[in-house]
Amino acid sequence: MDHSLPRPAQTSQLRMFLLLGAVVAAWFGLYNLIQPLANWITYSFLHLQAGSHLGDSVAFFLYDVPKILLLLSGMIFLISIIRTFFSPERTRALLGGKREGVGNVLASLLGIVTPFCSCSAVPLFIGFIESGIPLGVTFSFLIAAPTINEVAIVMLFGLFGWKVAGLYIVSGLIIAVIAGMVIGRMHLERYVEDFVWQLQAAGGVEGEKLTWKDRILRAWDSVKEIVGKVWLYVIVGIAIGAAIHGYVPESALVGIMGKQAWWSVPAAVLVGVPLYSNAAGVIPIVSALMEKGASLGTVLAFMMSVVGLSLPETIILRRVLKPQLIAVFIGTVAVAIIITGYLFNLIL
Amino acid sequence: MVNIKVLGSGCSNCKRLEAIARKVVETLAIEAEIEKVTDYAEIMKWPILSTPGLVINNKLVSAGRIPSETEITNWLTA
Repeated sequence: MDHSLPRPAQTSQLRMFLLLGAVVAAWFGLYNLIQPLANWITYSFLHLQAGSHLGDSVAFFLYDVPKILLLLSGMIFLISIIRTFFSPERTRALLGGKREGVGNVLASLLGIVTPFCSCSAVPLFIGFIESGIPLGVTFSFLIAAPTINEVAIVMLFGLFGWKVAGLYIVSGLIIAVIAGMVIGRMHLERYVEDFVWQLQAAGGVEGEKLTWKDRILRAWDSVKEIVGKVWLYVIVGIAIGAAIHGYVPESALVGIMGKQAWWSVPAAVLVGVPLYSNAAGVIPIVSALMEKGASLGTVLAFMMSVVGLSLPETIILRRVLKPQLIAVFIGTVAVAIIITGYLFNLIL
Repeated sequence: MVNIKVLGSGCSNCKRLEAIARKVVETLAIEAEIEKVTDYAEIMKWPILSTPGLVINNKLVSAGRIPSETEITNWLTA
C-alpha cells in the first residue's frame, strides 16, 4: 500500500489552501497600501491642499472606501467559515428543552452565529414554535440575529474601533435577552396566527458532511453575495460621511445630538425605525455625526433601531403574528434600545 | 418525469435557485416539472427552517442555501 500519493480530493483541497494563502497575503499587502495611496492621489495627483475642506473630504473618502470594502470581504469570509459549523436546524436542536432565561441567553448568542436572512424569518419562527421552543426564546433569536449582523460589526470595527463594535454586540445581546424575556412573560401565544399551531412538527433535515473545501467555497459565495449587495451603500454612505467630515463645523451637533439633549435618544429611535437601510449605508454617516458632537449612546440607539427593527422583517412576520403581537414586539425592542442609549450616554 | 419544487416566498435567492434548477434540467435534457411553492403552510410541510428549499421527487435535498449546478446535477442523476 502506498500512502505517499495524495488522492485527487486531497490535491484539490491542498490547492485550495495554497490559493487561500495567496489571497490572504494579497489582502494584507493591499490593506497596507491604502493610506499612502489615498494621500498620494489626493495631495500629489489631484494637487488638493492638505487641511482644505475638499482635500480632507477626498482623502477621507479615498481611504475609507477601500479600507471598509477590504475589511468587509476579509471578515465576512471568516464569519462565514464559522457559520458553516452552524445551521438553523442545529440551533433549534440546541434550544430544545431549554428553560426561559437560559434559553433567552443561548438564543441571543446563537442569533449571532447562525446564518439568517430576514426572508427566512417565517419558516424559522414556525419551525421553532412547532418544536416547542417558547415564544420569548424564539423572539430573543429573532431580535439578535438581524441586529448583531456581520456587516454592522465589521463597519463599526472599521470606522469606530473594536471598543464600540464590542459595546454594540454586548448591548444587542442584552436587548435581545431582555426583550425576549419580557415578551415571554406576557404570555402572548394567542396572538400568534392560528394556522401556526395547526401545523405538524416535521422532523429535522439530515445533516450534511462538509469538507474544508466546501466551507471555503461557501464562505467565498457569501462574501460575493453580501459585498455585492452592500458595496454601493458603503460608497454612498462614506461619500456623505466624507462631506460631513470636511464641511460641517466641529461640535455643530452637540446641541441636538449631544448628551445634554435628553430627547435625542428617543428621537433617534423614532427616526430610525421606519428608516429602513442597512448598516452599510448608515454607519459611515453616524460616524461622521459623532465627530461633530453627537454622543455615542444616541448614535448606537439610532443604528440599532435602523438595523434591528427593520420594516421588511416586520411585514414578513405579520404572516405569522397578529397585529397586537407585532406592536408588542416593536414596542418592547424600541424601549430596550432607548434604555440602552441612555445608559451609554450616562456611563461614557 | 422528475418533479422539482422550489420552496420559498419569492425572495431573490428563491428566484436564483429556480433559474439554476431550470438550467440544469435543460443541460441534462430530462423531462421535469418545476413548481414554485410560495404558501407558508405548504412550505412548512417539509422540515425546513430557512428558505430557499429544494425538493426533488418529494424529497427535501437542500434548505437555506443555493446549491451549485454540480450538486443539483448529482441529485437529478442519482
